[in-house]
Formats: sequence, C-alpha cells, structure tokens
Amino acid sequence: MSSRDTILQRLRHRTGGELTSPECDFSVLNRPEWSTAEKLDMFEQTIESVHGEVHRTTEADWIDRLAEILQTRGAETLLIAKEHEIGKALQSATKSRGDLPQLLIYDEPVESWQESLFSEVDAGITSTRGGIAETGSLILWPSVDEPRLMSLVPPIHIAVLKASELYTTFHQAMRSQNWAAGMPTNALLISGPSKTADIEQTLAYGVHGPKELIVLVIE
Amino acid sequence: MSETAQHSAHHIDVKEFHPRARAAIHNPQIRQNFRKAMDGLMSKRKSAFEGWDLETLRDLGANIRMRALANLPDLLEQLEQKLTENGITVHWAADGDEACEIVRDICVARNARSVIKGKSMVSEEMELNHYLEEQGIEALESDLGEYIVQLAEETPSHIIMPAIHKNTEEISQLLHDKTGTDLSHDVEYLTANARLQLREKFMNADVGVSGVNFAVAETGTLCLVENEGNGRMTTTVPPCHIAVTGIEKVVPNLEDVTALLALLTRSATGQHITTYFNMISGPRKADELDGPEEVHVVLVDNGRSTIYQDDELLDTLRCIRCGACMNHCPVYTRVGGHAYGTTYPGPIGKILMPHMVGLDEGRHLPTASSLCGACGEVCPVKIPIPDLLVRLRQEAVDGDKLHPAKVRGHGAKRGKVEAMIWKGWSWMHARPGIYRMGTSLGARFRKLQPGKLGGWTQYRTAPKLAAKTLHERMKERSQ
Repeated sequence: MSSRDTILQRLRHRTGGELTSPECDFSVLNRPEWSTAEKLDMFEQTIESVHGEVHRTTEADWIDRLAEILQTRGAETLLIAKEHEIGKALQSATKSRGDLPQLLIYDEPVESWQESLFSEVDAGITSTRGGIAETGSLILWPSVDEPRLMSLVPPIHIAVLKASELYTTFHQAMRSQNWAAGMPTNALLISGPSKTADIEQTLAYGVHGPKELIVLVIE
Repeated sequence: MSETAQHSAHHIDVKEFHPRARAAIHNPQIRQNFRKAMDGLMSKRKSAFEGWDLETLRDLGANIRMRALANLPDLLEQLEQKLTENGITVHWAADGDEACEIVRDICVARNARSVIKGKSMVSEEMELNHYLEEQGIEALESDLGEYIVQLAEETPSHIIMPAIHKNTEEISQLLHDKTGTDLSHDVEYLTANARLQLREKFMNADVGVSGVNFAVAETGTLCLVENEGNGRMTTTVPPCHIAVTGIEKVVPNLEDVTALLALLTRSATGQHITTYFNMISGPRKADELDGPEEVHVVLVDNGRSTIYQDDELLDTLRCIRCGACMNHCPVYTRVGGHAYGTTYPGPIGKILMPHMVGLDEGRHLPTASSLCGACGEVCPVKIPIPDLLVRLRQEAVDGDKLHPAKVRGHGAKRGKVEAMIWKGWSWMHARPGIYRMGTSLGARFRKLQPGKLGGWTQYRTAPKLAAKTLHERMKERSQ
C-alpha cells in the first residue's frame, strides 16, 4: 500500500472516539467601521512602526513625489510594469522630464536578465490591491505585468496604494475581495521592509528583500 | 555552548538530558543569552495583544485547529485535489526518511546539485540537510539564524529564532572564521554581508525547499510567514520549489488563516504581522515572467497519524509552532534549546518528541517541567500542555488500569522498587486498620526515617513524619 493510502487509512480508522467539529465564530476579529481617514492614520502609524515610509499624495502629484524620493536616495534605475497605468504614466512622464531615474521594464522572463535584476536595479514600483489598516499591510497579487520579484529583489520597493482601497482588517479584505473564489499563483501581504532579528534580537533591515518600503498613498 | 551542540542531531542521545541540562545551567553565557531573549519576547507578546479579547481569540484559534483535525483525512484529500488542480505535485511520506528520498528523487530528476532552503522545522525533523549532503547535493540554509547555525554545524536552539543561543560576539567570530567577514559588532554590517553571499546562492540554486505554516484545503494554497524575504526568494527564484509540511498543517478555509496568523505572529515575536505573508497557489503560468516552473508539496506523517489515534494526545497536533510555550518556560529559559537534544525543544518538544523518538529515548522529556502551567496559559490554540506532560509521565511508568499506556517505548521509567512501594501504598490505604497501624508506627519510629531519599532530596530536605498522626490529634481535640 502506498504511504498515501496508509496515512489516510490510519486517519480514517482512528481508535479514539468520534471527533466533533466545533463552531468557529470569527466575530472577535471584527472592528468598528472606520472612515477612510481613520484607516489611513492607522495604516500609516502601524507601517511606520516597522520602518515603512508613507507619503500622502494625489493623482496629480505622485510622480513629482516619486522623483523627489528617488533623487534623495540617488536611485539610478527604476523597475516598472509595462501595461499597468503606473508604468504607462511613468513612461510618458519621463519623455518630458529629466528628474526620473532610468526606467527598466519587466517584460522578459527573469532567466534572461536575472544577473542584472539582482545587481543593477535600484528600485521597483508596483501597484497594490489595497491595504490593511490594523496591521499596516499592503496586498499584492503579482501578475504577468507585475511579476513576483519586482517587490522583492530591488533594494527599494515603492508601492502605490489608493486610500479608498484601505480595509480595516485582513479578514475584511479577504472577504470583501472574495479570495476564496480563486487565488492567483502568488499573493502577498507586505508589511514593512525585509528585516531580521536573528543576531541577538537586534533589528537589521534589508536582509534578503528590500531595505526600504515606501508607500505612495493616493488620496 | 553545550558540547553536544557541535554534533549533528544524528549523534545526540536524547536520554542524556540531565548532563546537558547541568552543563547549560553552569554556563553563564547560555543563561544570559536565553534570559535576555525570552524576557524580550514575553513583554513583546504581552503588548502585541493589548486591546484584544485574547481569550476569545484563543478559543477561535483552538476551534479552528480542532475543526481541522476533526476532518483531517477529508481535508488532506481536498488539499491534494486542489493543489493538483493548481498544478502542484503532491507527495506523501510515512516518515522523515521517505520524505528525504522524495526530495532527493525530485532533485535527481532535475539534475539538481544545489538546494537553497527557507526555514522549515519539518526539514529539521527529517534531517534533510545531512541526507542531501550524503547524496552529494549541497543544501544551504538562507534564513539568517539557520545560516548561522549551519555554519556553526549546530542545530537550532529555538523553533523561531534558531541562533538565539549565540550573542553578537560569538556570531561575529563565527562569520569571520567561516566566511571571511571582518570582526564586527555592527549587526547591520554582518547582515549585509550575509545578504551578499546568499544572493549569489539564490541565483544559482537548482531547487528551493521551504516549510509551510498553513495549507488551505479550500483553495489549494500554501502559506508562509516570514520577515527576511528569504522564504519568498526560496520559493520564487529557483526553477523548482519543494514545500515540506506535517500532515496536521491543513486548515479547511482561507478565512481560518486570518485568525491563526493574528495569533501566530503576536505569540511568536510580538509582531502584529510579519513583513511577508506569502500565499502560494501554483507554479509559474505559461505567460508569467518569474516564479518556479515546478512546485511540489511533501505531506509528512512521521508519527503524527499515531498521535492522532488518541483523544487526549491528539491535542498535540493543534500546534501552530509559534514558540510561545518555550519563551515562557522557566526550564527552557534556564537550560536553553540544545539541552533537550531534540528537534523541537521546550514544552511543545516535551509533548511532541516522545512520539517521534519513543518514550524510551525521550523518557526524561516530560519530567523536565515544574508543571507551572505557563505554557498552557500562553498557547494560542489552547493545547493543554501541562495535562499532556502528566499523561506522558504516566505513560513513561506504564500508566494504570484506567489509562493504559500506548505511546511507543512506554514504561521505560518504571522501576521495580518504586512500583512495589506504590503497590504497598495503595494496599495499605484500602485497609483502614492497617493504615492506622502504619501511620502510628511511622510516628513512633520517625527517628529511623532516612535523611536521603534519592532524587527527591538532591535539591530538597526530606519530609519529616509528624510525632503524632492526624487521627491521634483529632482524637485529642475532641476530648
């Protein structure tokens, strides 16, 4: 008999008594209904407590803020999506202004340019599917247009979040977006830059992923 | 550092708990490192739950896990079906050896020479690194703590913070000796160097091996909780990802994960959430530009289906591996993780490992506790750890008529003399006349009572029989 069948048979024919399935009441996770402003304050406070950076901006100004932020960091290259409106806006903006870093488009399989992705890209910018106020988290569903490594490999990750897409809790976000109906190959909650406390509980940032997480909140 | 810590788990004799514990207690460095870390973790946990109805949340956590266990075989089949539909290959392993062979076979089929690993306690259980090295496949840990422990040729001393037994100075020396970094107490510098070295390895690894925190049956999703990003690297960069997990990690619904995650990170490190919560539901699709082309899941039994047979011991399988029980354990804090000589140390190790190594090997584990109850009080899924410790203590001396012993290797601690004494004790207590005669003889000849009573008087003074029995005193009072 295969290990699969042995294991399942042992579990099905257990010697103990009948097991009962207790009811699960999730209401302890509920929070009062917060306004967008309250959610944004909470989000900002929580993500900043773990070294994330929040910049409040608008549809009209976000590229100016981005250029400023990247200039102060001396970033020379920025990884963008090809089709997403963020990528498109940056591509058209760069034609008329000189203060943005060189734009790199993630439009080829990683195998063909892994070496330079790992060593030459200073920053990556992605969209989000919303945020979670209680835990200061960004929801990312990497896609064909915004692949998984965009938010992981470059030392600076910039995420664009619409304030109107803030949820109070993870539970609420998952329910509202009906995740149970179907998940993408990869989904992420990102709450701050990469960090470790494995050396005597001393915090250090950017151990494997980005050293900086910068959130542009579009109000 | 305890002597045994230098050897791989293969050579550790679990039975030799006492000498290791004694050595650790007399090692001020170990005492200091653990005390400092555990104090920090306890206070962080406490403040992370402020404002929460913690009891109700723990009830929910316990109910979610109990519901999952009540439907375990069905859920595993559903999980298998969903994962398969999603393009993930599912394997089943009866024990650690079979799980190792499955990983090897996948590596061989891909002609893989190097494996990069995300943190996984199940892979420690399997002793996967050791096995792969023997097969000529390099296995490198990428979690910073695990990386340090691997460089030191040790085993993790804590399930969440593997290198917690070392201080910065020791780690600096180790990294200097093994990787050539400068001697420095600058944690940022040490971390940055590890990043550089491991990035190279991520790019060149043929296979990534990770653990799983929750496996969701409803959607066929593997959830990984981490801060460093090495878990994301491991499961994204190499062309093949193998996730190893215990069969008990399955939950029915995606929704369940929200409550368990809230409990897990707060209980473990006092974080509201970890930096990354990574949900994987399939390999790279044809038009996607990154991610592994192959994803495998190895469902590992390794004794779990045996624990599952017993209504009381079953609770052991609720565990979500947060480590809060060890952080709050007065014994663990003093002796550290290596003294136990087991993959899982601390209270959860004391109730889990006897099933994995047998109660003959693990006979001392359930007794390495003052039964203070802290572990049970902080457990996010309300595992009655103290009750299970008592149960295993009974099993170790072979139970009784009402509770016959079942665990492999039971009765290992049963001594003839002790058994006889207790038999005599119960015989005497069932006969009032003889009982009264016994106590009155005891009171009369109490000067003859030995001052040394084996292990009992090693750290305590012997109890003294009273000059008058309770019956005699009651009689006097009523006159």
